[in-house]
Amino acid sequence: MAIFDILGPIMVGPSSSHTAGAVRIGRITRRLLGSEPVRAKIFLSGSFALTGEGHGTPRAIVAGLLGLKPDDQRIPESFKLAEERGLEFEMGAVHLKDVHPNSALVTAWGADGGRVEVGASSPGGGMIRVFELDGLRTSFSGSVPTLLVKNMDKPGYVSRVSAVVAWYGLNISTLRMERDSRGGHSLMVIECDQHIPHGVSAELRQIDGIYKVTRLNPEGEV
Amino acid sequence: MEVFSSVDGLLKYARDRGVPLWRAVMEADMAEEDMTEPESLEKMGRMLAVMRSALAGYNGGDRSASGLAGGDGGRMAQFVASGGCVAGELFGKIVAAALSMGECNACMKRIVAAPTAGACGVLPAVLIPVGEAVGAGEQRMVEALYVAAGIGEVIANRASISGAECGCQAEIGSASAMAAAALVHLLGGTMEEMANASAMALKSLLGLVCDPVGGLVETPCIKRNVIGAVNALSAGEMALAGITSRIPVDEVIDAMAEVGAALPASLRETGEGGLAATPTGEKYKHVI
Ligand code: SF4
Repeated sequence: MAIFDILGPIMVGPSSSHTAGAVRIGRITRRLLGSEPVRAKIFLSGSFALTGEGHGTPRAIVAGLLGLKPDDQRIPESFKLAEERGLEFEMGAVHLKDVHPNSALVTAWGADGGRVEVGASSPGGGMIRVFELDGLRTSFSGSVPTLLVKNMDKPGYVSRVSAVVAWYGLNISTLRMERDSRGGHSLMVIECDQHIPHGVSAELRQIDGIYKVTRLNPEGEV
Repeated sequence: MEVFSSVDGLLKYARDRGVPLWRAVMEADMAEEDMTEPESLEKMGRMLAVMRSALAGYNGGDRSASGLAGGDGGRMAQFVASGGCVAGELFGKIVAAALSMGECNACMKRIVAAPTAGACGVLPAVLIPVGEAVGAGEQRMVEALYVAAGIGEVIANRASISGAECGCQAEIGSASAMAAAALVHLLGGTMEEMANASAMALKSLLGLVCDPVGGLVETPCIKRNVIGAVNALSAGEMALAGITSRIPVDEVIDAMAEVGAALPASLRETGEGGLAATPTGEKYKHVI
């Protein structure tokens, strides 16, 4: 922990988990979508559903979807901002099992027709963790450079993907793989020590059987 | 980090290098976070600026989403201005500032978590009015924030700064210990006095439970910022008078961790015990 984790973050109140963390859940959904969201469905679970209204959680998630940061003073007015920017959203409650009490499930559609479904929790201090991506169980925070690769569930992909990553001189700090036996594909989450350049995802997309590649570089995130 | 594993160690680190405590905190953190001195100073300066602007921007007419919080900082400030505060103007200003900052947080204004959002009022409520009263310059104020952060980091390492883990003693208690040490710096005390001030402040809030009504950071959080601030004031003054804590600060912090671990879940931010579970607290839950 650094001293600026003690004095800080600078944030819009009232709660680091229910407000600042909720903004970050919206932001990571936007980053995973990779384009301007035009529509979203937001479901709050557990303590988010019970006390979210009083903590501004719904407004915080919408603010994050619009790209606002946790210290942006427009967070309380995010619903109005969403209207101005053409983001339609629905808000509801859901009971998610086996997840942290501060959790949300957000589905967002982009202007380019893309769609992403993100399940994420905010356990405290404004830190978040994605536990589900497009229906697949996973675990990452997006606070370090992260590469997400969705591919056919067949042998050989780990070595092919890591070869590309290594060729770009990136150091892998963690590699996690989750498979969906029904769909026959799997999701690789690769956290790196260095910024992930565009070339990595471009090259990976050339590989047969890789459906989707997403780069998350945390620059500018607070 | 090693340096921040005890207040004792932190003081020794400062003594060995022949630097004041605030600088020791800054340098240890710079090394850890790979930051330059200007970067660190700039960042800390921004923390102070946001604290100041939050307090200056307080509006007694604002209400929180639940409708239950707001207006008390304004009421207190008016009472002080009318000359009604028997403990003196500075004391009244500290109380008003703590309420105002707690209400700013509840009303979704921009604040600095110190160490948490719920306890964000304690440190600025002590430092800003006292700084004004003694004419402390910007540099000295920023130095005081480093002292506060150093104490806070040791508490986070040895115990916790989370109400969900250790109760409110870890939030308001920690904030109070941080503010007490910072106050001593502001008033020109020694680093031993800073350590004693934080020990005395934390001791006095040991056992404080976390029982937010309806689970919201409003009741009792806002008013607890007041006790955190005035407790820091008295602890700081005692330390400057040469009074010491019989139990050294690191042991007080360890005791806090132990007390926190012994607290039932109902008193650790679940909103299910204490004030939250009173008949009136339950009633508010439904309003919220
Ligand atoms: S009662 Fe709980 S939520 Fe409120 S300030 Fe204290 S620790 Fe934070």
